[in-house]
Formats: sequence, structure tokens, C-alpha cells
Amino acid sequence: MTDMLIEGLYREGEPIADTKAPAGDISQKWTTRQFEAALVNPANRRKLSVIIVGTGLAGAAAGATMGEAGYNVKSFCYQDSPRRAHSIAAQGGINAAKNYKGDGDSVHRLFYDTVKGGDYRSRETNVYRLAEVSANIIDQCVAQGVPFAREYGGLLDNRSFGGVQVSRTFYARGQTGQQLLIGAYQALERQIAAGTVQMYARHEMLELVVVDGVARGIIARDLVTGEIETHLADAVVLASGGYGNVFFLSTNAMGSNVTANWRAHRKGAYFGNPAYTQIHPTCIPQSGEHQSKLTLMSESLRNDGRIWVPKRAEDCDKDPREIPEEDRDYYLERIYPGFGNLVPRDIASRQAKNMCDEGRGVGPEVDGVRRGVYLDFADAIGRLGEEAVRSKYGNLFDMYERITGENPYEVPMRIYPAVHYTMGGLWVDYDLQSTIPGLFVTGEANFSDHGANRLGASALMQGLADGYFVLPNTIRDYLAKGRSRRSARTTPPSSRPTSRSPTGWSGCCRSTAAARWTPSTRPWARSCGRSAAWNAPRRVCARPSTRSASCAPSSGATCGSWAPRTRSTSPWRRPAGWPTSSSWAS
Amino acid sequence: MATTTAPAREARTGPPSILLKTVMAVTGLVGIAYLLIHMYGNLMILVGPEAFDEYAHHIRTFGEPMLPEKGLLWIIRVALLASLVLHVWAAATMWRRANAARSQRYVMTRRGYGNFYAKAMRWGGLAILTFIIFHVLHFTTQTVTIGEAHASPAARVLDTFSHWWGVLIYLAAMIFLGLHLLHGFWGGGHDDGAELLAQARRADPVRLHPGDHHHRGGLHDPAVRHPVRASRLRTADL
Amino acid sequence: MRLALKIWRQDRPQAKGQMVRYDIDGVSEDSSFLEMLDLLNEQLIAKGEEPVAFDSDCREGICGQCGVVINGEAHGPERTTTCQLHMRSFKDGDEIVVEPWRADPFPVLKDLVVDRSAFDRIIQAGGFISANTGSAPDAHATPVPKEHADRAFMAAECIGCGACVAACPNGSASLFMGAKITHLGELPQGQPERDARVVSMTAQHDAEGLGGCTNLGECTRACPKGIPLNVISQMNADLRHAGYGR
Repeated sequence: MTDMLIEGLYREGEPIADTKAPAGDISQKWTTRQFEAALVNPANRRKLSVIIVGTGLAGAAAGATMGEAGYNVKSFCYQDSPRRAHSIAAQGGINAAKNYKGDGDSVHRLFYDTVKGGDYRSRETNVYRLAEVSANIIDQCVAQGVPFAREYGGLLDNRSFGGVQVSRTFYARGQTGQQLLIGAYQALERQIAAGTVQMYARHEMLELVVVDGVARGIIARDLVTGEIETHLADAVVLASGGYGNVFFLSTNAMGSNVTANWRAHRKGAYFGNPAYTQIHPTCIPQSGEHQSKLTLMSESLRNDGRIWVPKRAEDCDKDPREIPEEDRDYYLERIYPGFGNLVPRDIASRQAKNMCDEGRGVGPEVDGVRRGVYLDFADAIGRLGEEAVRSKYGNLFDMYERITGENPYEVPMRIYPAVHYTMGGLWVDYDLQSTIPGLFVTGEANFSDHGANRLGASALMQGLADGYFVLPNTIRDYLAKGRSRRSARTTPPSSRPTSRSPTGWSGCCRSTAAARWTPSTRPWARSCGRSAAWNAPRRVCARPSTRSASCAPSSGATCGSWAPRTRSTSPWRRPAGWPTSSSWAS
Repeated sequence: MATTTAPAREARTGPPSILLKTVMAVTGLVGIAYLLIHMYGNLMILVGPEAFDEYAHHIRTFGEPMLPEKGLLWIIRVALLASLVLHVWAAATMWRRANAARSQRYVMTRRGYGNFYAKAMRWGGLAILTFIIFHVLHFTTQTVTIGEAHASPAARVLDTFSHWWGVLIYLAAMIFLGLHLLHGFWGGGHDDGAELLAQARRADPVRLHPGDHHHRGGLHDPAVRHPVRASRLRTADL
Repeated sequence: MRLALKIWRQDRPQAKGQMVRYDIDGVSEDSSFLEMLDLLNEQLIAKGEEPVAFDSDCREGICGQCGVVINGEAHGPERTTTCQLHMRSFKDGDEIVVEPWRADPFPVLKDLVVDRSAFDRIIQAGGFISANTGSAPDAHATPVPKEHADRAFMAAECIGCGACVAACPNGSASLFMGAKITHLGELPQGQPERDARVVSMTAQHDAEGLGGCTNLGECTRACPKGIPLNVISQMNADLRHAGYGR
């Protein structure tokens, strides 16, 4: 450990060991932990309060469950209603080791697939637990009235997703995230009506309150009145999502600005694997400077579409239908003949970016670069007929046409990779507690479950697993043992040594408002996102570093290396020849 | 902690809107049933004045001797009056609630089925109410006369329709009534009648009102938006 | 594209608002309606004026946070959300009137932003199935006929944007409420609370000061998810079955 900046970029931190996971066989750890975690007497739960920031799958599920258990929950979201959280936009589905298809699925297989898909960089204990509770999630959601797709016999339908060989994905058409979130939202609203949960919508967390090294509350701004408020509790849970919007353009919602996580990190919570960003290859490309966000299309399009760019940069202006076959570069089929257009996400994404950086991108020029490649269905339409293609991809084609104004049955679609999900996040232990005692982190906001790459349909699973089943069972240990630390309501205001008191914050906000930023922050965010985040990795990668974990084969298009140093407790053997890294998730 | 379905708050003001709607539907149907009988009687004028007068007389002696003279007529009159009062009361309450729900009006409102009928049902309804009062004063109490006073109902009818303004009044009333029934009957039908039959409950949302305009085809074609068709497509896709 | 915008400006909930005209040039027809408003705001900020407040979040048509009335139509001329409405639906030189959702139960907070918490309170009144975490039986314990599951899904597609209220000449939220009642009422899990739910939710709806439904169909026409009018019939039937709560 040293205070020196290494390569001018990062500093080695303290080794962190996850001390919460019990010893023993991995399949027994969760049972053991649940038993060993201290209980809180129902009468005492009324005296304990928990702040939950964010109302997505993880936050709403945790809020509802903690409320049902009888704790006093204060729930915060910046949207006008908890139902708007961006979990709602997830399309694909949710994995669960139910083995309803009898195709050999099991808890262990789901665990194995998740760890393998995450490039062996996730924390296996957490993933095993995730796989274990996955089946309970489906039961819970069905009981809440989530209208999953069903077969004619009335039983739940499954599909195969994310390149796995079993059908374990439960879905509700292309709106699984919406249906699951509405289920959790309704459970949360039920607790709001019951009085156990107090909802603070249109509130943005500005700061974490740390008293004597322990998280004791948050400072939040009421986005309607502008008032700065202090909220205290016995524990704080961040369920505030990922940081995809540091790239400015991503598939994240406009308001997902990672403030909560960032403030917690500034207050000392360690951040794990920030480089692990999932880039999704089939997004609708940017059409101009005006663009505010990107929209995802299902990757299933790659099953029948062929990806190409013109061989010569001067052809990029032409009508694609007039470019003859011999002048087209079906680059994925050329470089990866074994996989063709079905190469893994990260490879498809990286190659698309490479083609565009070479100047062979197509579509409108943004900042002097055409960022788009063709996804051509002409072959599929010729082979299967337009009707068959329409029945398979009709919704996606409609969505594409709505956004771009182009008819994909006539001209090839244009696609480009976009930031979609961030596997990294605040470091947590087995109990989902961060390095600040009393600060718990769930869902996409934490770092533990997906390693370097998240499998399809696993984000919803993790959010709900954390919210419904994991956090309520682990936080009780902290709450039970922390009662000696006294309830938040008894803390005298004078003993709140926050780095910036509420009055300090309002002064800061007033001066910011008075400054009347001209020009607005938007161009700044746009240029930072593009040059610092999206384009920078090439520069970093060009200078190979043994510490840069994210130059590994499936880590997406970006690199970075400021994760705190963590010690691996992984029982897994890393495949030979892969770059070793001291910043692996442990 | 055991939690149950949250009880209704006691802030309810007046009867439930849906109850008012049911009242409107039931009393409206009573009105429509009467209109059919009324129309049957009116059609007698085409058979001849004698037939018409015969009908007018018969309705007064119908059911004798079980009922006294005009017995049935009074039963009908009381039922109609009660229906009318309830219908108008429910409508006025709904109108008041609608106004209270949007005290600040839009600067610009779409021209279309709903916004037209929102006005047509209420102002048209008031026009019909005025007409009903006039009609009763004219033919029942004969307080108002068009042309000369006649003892024969048929003669009164024929005299009225020999004046252009008599025709105009009744024609205008029929137009208002037609508009009122067009939405009232079919709209009510959605609610309380055929709509709940199995095949009707998946009616195309866009095609519910044939008069409404559609957006241009292709992507926004109503067929594409049809929830059931869309679901089949999507399910096949998955 | 060059456009003349007439936008409702209102500083605070209690303040009196007014329509203000803005001329904007250089709008790409590929931009969404909200990106056009972003551009306007950039220009307003550059001029030192107060930007136009409007709600949006996911900008992919699913979260339901966005929504303004454009030329008298909730979410504008296409059947989609405001964020998915693109400027190619307008012509160069058009005058566009932009207003917030207008309903007293949805008070304007600022400019085009309204408070839709009435919807949350309607859900609180019973728009859920009481199933505590961990209490659920196996998901396959109760088969649900596909037809029912599909109809429940169709109703559950509601995104709670409030366009139905905005478009309804009576300011009624019947479509929103009917969708939730149909969604939960169609599933076996929703049966135990079915009567209590419809009584409770409709009472809350009326208590919020929302108007009554007169079957005009403007709601279903404006609904970006195409929720059909028959969910309202379902709600009425359920309420009749529950005896109107008396």
C-alpha cells in the first residue's frame, strides 16, 4: 500500500476481505448466514428506521418487504412516482432456476452460468445465493399478480436467453421489467397505505450523513420546493442504479445521474470494478447532436440480420441498396467465421466501434464520425419472406421506424453499440453492506453479482433477489446489533458532523442557482461523456497495463482502473493466459 | 406485521360516479322503451287520423276494467317523470363533477368524437329537456297551441305540421334526440350491455367510434395497435 | 425546421399561468418532441431566461413520466408517448400549442409539470394483491388460463402517464383505474380482494375529485398503450357485483 499515484491514475487501497460470508460449503452459506444473522423482535422493529434511496426493483422490493416486516421505512425517488424507476424499461425477462422445462437446470447451473458469463469475476458466494433465491422471486411475483407469459395449459412459459442452453427465462412479452416493477410498486404502495413506508417522491439525495463512521441518514433536496432536508435513520440503503450516464448517451433514464452512489463514494464507500460497463450492440444509432438518449433493440435481431459496412469509406454516403455485394464488408462473418453475426455482445460492440473509427461507419455524421453499421434483413426477407420476418420482428421494426422514420423492410437498419448496464458499483460484503457501516447497497448500484459481464435477464433477478430476499435478511443483523448505537430520533442535532450541513448545502445550492450557468451544463456533460468516457478507453488500452482488468476479452469497450484494490477470496481457478488483475472483485 | 387491503377513505362526496352512470343508463333505457311505444303510436297517423285518434283513446282505456280510466297512462307518466328527474339529476351531478375536475380549460382542444359529444350530450340534453316541457304543454296540457285548438289529437298533429315553424321545432328536436341517443344508447351499450359478452370485450379501442378519425396507416394503423393481434404477433415472436 | 411554440408558463402551483410564444429554428426532424424542448431550453438558458420545466425520464415510452398536451391532443398527434413523438410528425413553420395535463386533481407544479400523486393514492386504495414477501406458494400452484393471463397483461400495460385524464372531457381516470382492476381481477390471485378493491379504488377516485366516465372514448384514443375502453366496462361490472360499496 502506498500513497503514491500509480501511473498518475490510481492509488492502491486497503485490502478488503468479505468477512460476512460464513465458512463452509458454498451451497450452505446462505442458510447458515440467515440463521446466524441476529433477529429483531417484531416489537423492536417499530423503533427502527431505514432509509431506502431509489424505487426500482431493488428499492421498491426492499421497501415493501421491510415495511411488511414492520420497520419504519423512508423511501426516496427523484421521479414523481416510485413506479417510474428505470427498471421499468427492461425488456427481456428474468432468470430463475425453476427447471419447469425439465431441461437440466438447477441452482448450481444458474450459478455456474452467471459466474462463467461474468468472466469469473463475480463473487461466487453472492451469485450462489442469487441462484438459490431466484425461484422464490417468481413465486412472489406471481402471487402479486405479475402477468407472466403462460402456455395454453395455464403454466408459466419460459424461453432461452443470453446464450444459455436451458430455458429459464420468465417473461411478460417485451415488458418484463415493467410488469415486475409495477408488482413491486404495488406492494410498496400497499405499505405506504399501511403507514409503514413514508414515500418521498421528487427528492434527490445530495449527501450521505455519516456519524462516527456510521451511515445515519441522507440529505435530500425536495425537487419541487427546492428545500434541503435532513433525514436520519438507523441504516441507509442505496438502490439507486448504475452509472451508465457518465457516458452521456446511454440507454439509462435521463435522471439516472449516479449522484447517490457518487456521494457515498466520496464519503468513503469503496467502489468496485467501475470499468465493467456492459455495451449493448444493437441500439438505434445517434441521429444528431440533439440526441438525449439511446434506445435498445432486442439482440434477437442478430439471429436473422447480417451486419456490414461498406468496404470503402467513400461508399458510406451511398444508398446501401446500391452498394453491390462485393463492396460490402460483412466484418463479423469475415473476422469470426465460426460465430458470424452471433458473436458475444462485447465483440459485436467493439468491432462496430472499430469499423466506425476506421471511417467506414454509416448514417448521419455526428462530430465528424458516422456512428452506425448496417443490420441487413434483405437476405432473411428473401429467404423467409417479408411476412415471416414481420411476424418475428414486427414490434422491433415498428419501434425502429417510429424513431428513425426509416422502413427497415426497405432499407437496412442502422445499429450502434450503447452503454446499457454497469456491473461495477459500490463495493459490498456478503450482507450487501458497503465499507461504511450502516450503508447497504442493492441492485445495479452494487458490484458483486455480475463480474465483468452480466448475462441477459439477470439484472431483474438480482434487483428483486436483493430487495425481496437478501437485504431484509442481512440488514436485520446490523439493525439488531446496532440498537446499542441508539435510534436516529434520539441523536441530538448538534452531534451530526456531516461534511456539509444542510445549511451548508442550501447555501451551496443557492449560489449555484444564482450563478445562472451559461451555457448550460448539458454541453459539458455531453463532451465529458463522449471524450472522457466513451472514446478514452482506446487510449488507455493502447498502453497495456497489468492492472487494467477491463482489457480482458469480454469486458466491453471501455477500460479504467481506479477500482480499490480488493483481495480475492475466489475458489475459482482463472483460465490460464488471461490477464491477472489485482482489482478483481472478491 | 399483518396488513390488509386499505379501507376506502371516507372523503367520498356524494354517490359514486359509476352509480350515477348506471342510473343514467337505466333511466335512459326506460326513456328509449317509451320512445318506441310513442313512435308506434305516432306511426298511426300514416294509417289515418281515425287510427291515430283510436290509439290515443285506447291508451287511456287500456287495461280496463282492471285499471281505472287513464290508469296505465298515469303509471307511464309517473315512471317517465321519475326516470327523467333521475336522469337529469345524474347528468347534472356528472356535469358539475366534470367541470370541477377541469376548472382551467385547455387553450386548444382536439376536434373529435369525445369532445363533440361531451358538449352535445349536455347542451343537447338541455335542449331536449326544454323540448319535452314544450311538447307536454303543447300536446298533453294543450297550454300552447300551434294553429287552432282541436279536440282530435290527429287534427292537432296535422295542424302543427302544416306550419313551417312547427315542423322546424319538431325537426330540430328529433335531430337533438337522435344525437343524444346515438351516443347515449351505443355508449351505454358499451357499459351495461353487449360489451361484456365474451367476443365484445376485446373490441378494438380505435374502432369503437366509427366517426372518429384514424391516424395515417402503416405504423399507426389501428390493426397494428390492436392489443389482441399484437399479442399474437409478439407471442409468436418469442 | 422552424417552429412557433406556444407554451404554458406557470411559475408556481399557486401562480397564474399564461401562454408564451417562442420561435425556434434549426430543429431536426429526427429529434423527439422532448429533444426539441431540450433545444429550446438550451437557447433560453443561453439568453439567461428560465427554461421550460417538463417531466421526462426513460425517454423510451415506458416509464410514463412525460406527457404534455400538444395542439389539443394528449401526447400529440401520434399514438405514443411524448418522448417517442418525433418532429417529423410536424411540418416546417407549424405553430404548436403545448399545455400541461389539465385536471384539478393534477395540479400544475411548474410550467408543464403536474402532480399525478392522485394515481398513487388510487393504487394505495387497493390496486395491489396482498401477498407478503416469502408467503407465496409455488408459481405453478395455480394455473392461469392463457386467455386470462393475456387479458391481464393487456390491462397491465398501462404506464400511468395520465393521458386518459388529460384527454377525458370529464377529467376522469376511469381508464387508468379500469386497467388496474381488470389486470388484477383477471387473475386467480386477485380474486379474494376483488370486491374490496373496486369499491375502495373507485371511492378514492371520486374523493380525488376526478370526474365521471361518460363513455366518450377520448381516453382510449389518447392512451399510448391502447388500453381498450372495455376495461371501464369491466370495472363497472365489478362494482355492480360488489354492490356499489353499500
